[in-house]
Amino acid sequence: MSLDLPLTRNVRADRSPTDLKAYEANGGYRGMKAAIGKLSPADCLQIIKDSNLRGRGGAGFPTGMKWSFVPMDDASPGHKYLICNADEMEPGTFKDRLLLECDPHQLIEGMICAAYTIQADLAYIFIRAEYHKAAELLREAIAACYERGYLGNNILGSDYSLQMQVHSSAGRYICGEETALISSLEGKRANPRAKPPFPQVSGLWGRPTIVNNVETLCNIHHIIERGADWFQGLGLTEDAGTKLYGVSGRVKRPGCWELPIGTPIREIIERHAGGMEDGYRLRGFLPGGGSTDFLTPEHLDLAMDYGTIGKAGSRMGTGTMIILDDKTCPVGFVKNLMEFFARESCGFCTPCRDGLPWSAQVLDDIEGGRGRPEDMDTLARQVEFIGAIGNTHCALAPGAMEPLQSAMKYFREDFERHISGSACPFCDGGAH
Amino acid sequence: MPTITIDGVAYEVEAGRNLLESCLSLGLDLPYFCWHPAMGSIGACRQCAVVQYQNAEDNRGRIVMGCMTPVTDGAIFSLSGDKARHFREAIVESLMLNHPHDCPVCAEGGECHLQDMTVMVGHRDRHYRGRKNTHRNQYLGPLINHEMNRCITCYRCTRYYRDYAGGTDLAAMAAHDHIYFGRHQEGVLQSEFAGNLVEVCPTGVFTDKSLVHDYTRKWDLQSAPSVCTACAVGCNTIPGERYGRLKRVHNRFNAEVNGYFLCDRGRFGAGFVNSDRALEFPGLREADGRYRALDHHDALHRMMDSCAAGKVAGIGSPRASVEANYLLRLLAGTDNFAPGFSDAEQDLVNLALRLQQQSAAVTPDIRTIESADAVLVLGEDVTNTAPRIALALRQSVRNKAYEMAAGLRLETWQDAAIRNLAQQQRSPLFIAAVADTPLDDVATRRLSLAPEGIAALGQAVAAGISGAASATPGSTSGEAVDIVAALARASRPLVIAGTGCGSAAVLQAAAEVANALCSSGRQAMLCLCVPEANSLGQAMLAGPKAPNLGALEERARAGEIDTLVVLENDLYRRGNSAGIDALLAECRNVIVLDGLDNATTSAATLVLPAANFAESEGTLVSLEGRAQRYYPLFQPREERRPSWVWLLACMKELERPDVHSLHHFDDITRACAADIPALAGITAAAPDLHYLNLGVKIPRQPSRYSGRTAMRANISVHEPKQREDEETPLAFTMEGLNRSQPGALLPWVWSPGWNSNQSLHKFQTHAGGPLKGGTAGVRLLHPGAAGGHRISDITAPATAAASAAPDLWQLVPRPRIFGSDELSALSPGLAELVVPGFIELSPADAGRLGVATGDGVDVGDGIATLEVRVNATMTTGCAGYSAGFAGSGNLAPLARVTLQRAANWQRRPQLIGSDRGNGSGSSHV
Repeated sequence: MSLDLPLTRNVRADRSPTDLKAYEANGGYRGMKAAIGKLSPADCLQIIKDSNLRGRGGAGFPTGMKWSFVPMDDASPGHKYLICNADEMEPGTFKDRLLLECDPHQLIEGMICAAYTIQADLAYIFIRAEYHKAAELLREAIAACYERGYLGNNILGSDYSLQMQVHSSAGRYICGEETALISSLEGKRANPRAKPPFPQVSGLWGRPTIVNNVETLCNIHHIIERGADWFQGLGLTEDAGTKLYGVSGRVKRPGCWELPIGTPIREIIERHAGGMEDGYRLRGFLPGGGSTDFLTPEHLDLAMDYGTIGKAGSRMGTGTMIILDDKTCPVGFVKNLMEFFARESCGFCTPCRDGLPWSAQVLDDIEGGRGRPEDMDTLARQVEFIGAIGNTHCALAPGAMEPLQSAMKYFREDFERHISGSACPFCDGGAH
Repeated sequence: MPTITIDGVAYEVEAGRNLLESCLSLGLDLPYFCWHPAMGSIGACRQCAVVQYQNAEDNRGRIVMGCMTPVTDGAIFSLSGDKARHFREAIVESLMLNHPHDCPVCAEGGECHLQDMTVMVGHRDRHYRGRKNTHRNQYLGPLINHEMNRCITCYRCTRYYRDYAGGTDLAAMAAHDHIYFGRHQEGVLQSEFAGNLVEVCPTGVFTDKSLVHDYTRKWDLQSAPSVCTACAVGCNTIPGERYGRLKRVHNRFNAEVNGYFLCDRGRFGAGFVNSDRALEFPGLREADGRYRALDHHDALHRMMDSCAAGKVAGIGSPRASVEANYLLRLLAGTDNFAPGFSDAEQDLVNLALRLQQQSAAVTPDIRTIESADAVLVLGEDVTNTAPRIALALRQSVRNKAYEMAAGLRLETWQDAAIRNLAQQQRSPLFIAAVADTPLDDVATRRLSLAPEGIAALGQAVAAGISGAASATPGSTSGEAVDIVAALARASRPLVIAGTGCGSAAVLQAAAEVANALCSSGRQAMLCLCVPEANSLGQAMLAGPKAPNLGALEERARAGEIDTLVVLENDLYRRGNSAGIDALLAECRNVIVLDGLDNATTSAATLVLPAANFAESEGTLVSLEGRAQRYYPLFQPREERRPSWVWLLACMKELERPDVHSLHHFDDITRACAADIPALAGITAAAPDLHYLNLGVKIPRQPSRYSGRTAMRANISVHEPKQREDEETPLAFTMEGLNRSQPGALLPWVWSPGWNSNQSLHKFQTHAGGPLKGGTAGVRLLHPGAAGGHRISDITAPATAAASAAPDLWQLVPRPRIFGSDELSALSPGLAELVVPGFIELSPADAGRLGVATGDGVDVGDGIATLEVRVNATMTTGCAGYSAGFAGSGNLAPLARVTLQRAANWQRRPQLIGSDRGNGSGSSHV
């Protein structure tokens, strides 16, 4: 057991789930006991604010600040909701799954503490439908908590009550967008909502609602138990805490590891993922899932934190990297992502609904050897048209354009070879 | 008022609006699709993008959506900058990826908002070279055509259909660029307001089926401002004509009467104008059943001779104009003029008029109804009797949501945000009716009660509001407590009742509730529905002492009537057939003026073909007491003449001194106003014949009207001279000016670059606001001016004292939107939706009679035989019948009758696996 890696301390080598008994034996539910009845919600909020915890779902918004927008006490009588976003569908991302399947009680304890802080009376775990094993484990864990008095009415004999439910998603990428998730949870089309009003004020069923990622919530009780300073001290750079980093692609040991936030990229890829497979060279990588801009080998020594990656022109996103090697066609790589995003558009706003399929179609033409020189202008126009936040109703389409715009920057010659050679140089029959 | 800067120019704009509305109000062209002035903003189409700058130093700016951006003081925008223009062009280019290039064969072409916006943004060259997505179209019923390939996914249709109109059977389905707007399976759209999809859709997905099948482009339509004649709400319409046929009816905006929307009875119910049952020549039906046409002069002389020879009585009509009724009243004499209601209805309409004249409560218009924050509906099924009011009530229940939104400082146009905030929370709406109503889904509670129970509930509520203990303890008193509490909490409570359930006591009780609210210091509203387009005007004209049909029948039997003149009225709809037979048989001459052949024209000794609403001018008084003028759309065929023309000509021939100075339509209006105090205001309903718009008349034909020569080329290549309109300020030509005239005279909306109905904002004081020329019509009731007579001083007419008996059922009218109105039910598409006449019974009563849905029941002693519908919500002891349907004149509302299972009843063949009604022969696209 290493307290330096709080999130995965109960993750066993065989990935078998930790049950309530084992979880408590390893110090579980101490954070909850430290909070309920001992600390006021305002105290808890202050600790989280002081900890500098930032949302682990991809956007990196400071969690304490997000919570502070929830109207408290007399300002808002009635229901309040906490929702755990476990709809992990970002391409290349599998970090929440590890937490859900190996340590369900950690999430529940984090959620109880979070819900107590915002005084929510009902919490939902909105979980990706494919994570049926995790959903089953969570339901069992929740039942065990009800039995033990950790959930339900008057938790630990206090006047605080919390109900918790698991809701399996219908399976759309857009459900991971917090307002689309709320629409979906209400039984409506999973369309995102315009902000303002923010969910903290008018969310699920029109009531104050906080939506947080699994990994974010798993940190809460640790911070409450051990303090903001401890959490700040875990990070290697200005960001605080640990982070689950993942690597997929042609590396020797693809996987997911909890490391101090700010660990250099090179260390993650070369030390933890074992470096590139033999015979493959690193050409680039998406640092934080399918909707982040490419970085290249020149960025390997950057610290993997929100600010550093942002300054390099990308986003840390979910912190799970996808590797582009030298034998994989970058055009095909981007096309594959674009087709995913085009298919996952909710269809609400025009640039996303009609622009992404067009971009995918142009990429398909280029990859298929049917590209024309003016297609590069078309793609550039699409990037400008769709790529800015605010041009579209939500962040899906701008995210979808990130790999494309950076691929056009770093791998432009690959696009041009496709067009001039009327074939994909990486495929059979290509010039390669 | 905030000042904003747009492209370097400072403008003062109205606070609380979004930038798109503000731009349109300023006359700046900013393209849009998903925003609608009545439905607010959701930010889906991204078409109204502009660039907003943080401050004067910011020279990059960022793209924001006009419809989602509040106007705040000092905000700086650019509409014309390259960044915004290129973005808006890219939006149209994206929308056009999958939009077919079928404008030449699309029913929307020429009035398509997508065409206009495409031209406006300057998109021309296509860069996309992929295939277009295609969809299957659905059969959506006889009224609306579906062509999904044209969809640009603006979500207006489902937002209108579901969110605004409360429909459930049209939805957005699938995702990404496969979004499909339709029903879960083919079938008739269930909403009574589905037709507005035709105008809400910015392109040609939802089009008017009757127009599609008998097509004319907007630019070739001759139009005139008109008023819907299908119920008493008086919605303003723009009917369009070509080749002497009515092609379609569009909404004519009136901020106080109908806003942007019509009901389907109004939109699709004018097709009777083209009916082959239309009478074209004067004549009479001979004994062998053949119609013998007479020469115009011959007919007129016969009429004159008949009227000169002996005692004349006249029966007017609540569906005919004030002017025609007034002339008939002059001809017959005040004491010999019956207004033409059924006897029971005459008492009810008179009572409704008196209650409104003497109530302290406001008689609300539609906009005021929408502002109500608590509503009590007593007995009236408004969706089926005054449908546009039901649509307004669906908006009134949203006042709770606006209240909540104000707490979060959300502007009212933030539609999605407000709906998400309020969810199912609504302002109180209580409905008491004999059975279910289509508004139940938004009602706080709907109570099934017999008419006397509804009246007792109303009285209990009135007593509760006055602070008196409930005088009528019983099962309703608990409900009354809740209703009292809701109304007492409201600042703008509304009480609705009407003649629809046939009970004077219910009308009285509603007025008592409204008065009690007024007495307790609230500004209450009282809306009393009456059945027909001019019911209220007719009551004003005839007065409370006018004889009814029963009185005329007695006089006829006594030999006191030689000549009976019937104006636009099928009497067999007004009374039992034996009585009408006797009335007509006892009069030597029966002269009937009407537009369509019916049972009464068949019994006439002389028929004069009367022009319908599309061929004549007239004034109608709506249920809120608003006098409104309609104008002829085209010249009547053959010998058809407006009724007022026939009557005036006859009286001129008779050298009647009272018409000596009457020459024109306006003269009759003025004479009527001078003669009848209650109608004194009608001259102000619209400008008279002499009105000129900057020196010219108002053109019925738009400036792009084409093919005037070709139109009749198969008959003669010589183009006939355009008819001169000698009665109204409108001209049957393209020449003239359609700008800034009074709202009552707006024949079409069109503005350069804005060819669709979206051009309306160019005619409004601000986007969504009233017309620049003023709101059409004049109110004849002066709301709340009476200061509140004691309603109990107004005695309700005694209803037939038939007491309840275990073996008797009380007949209660159950009007239907499609079928209860005489003329609209004869319109082709709509006729397919008219169900067979029915009688509704509670399951207990059906059990007692041993009948099930689809069986027949004999009513009384051979009065009628009707098909049974078992309705679990029907009050036991009541039998709801299809009021206004053929033969229902024999059924007297509230009468207590025997019922028994009909022998020899042939059940209709059951429809299998389809919800298409009886839409036989409908094209299946």
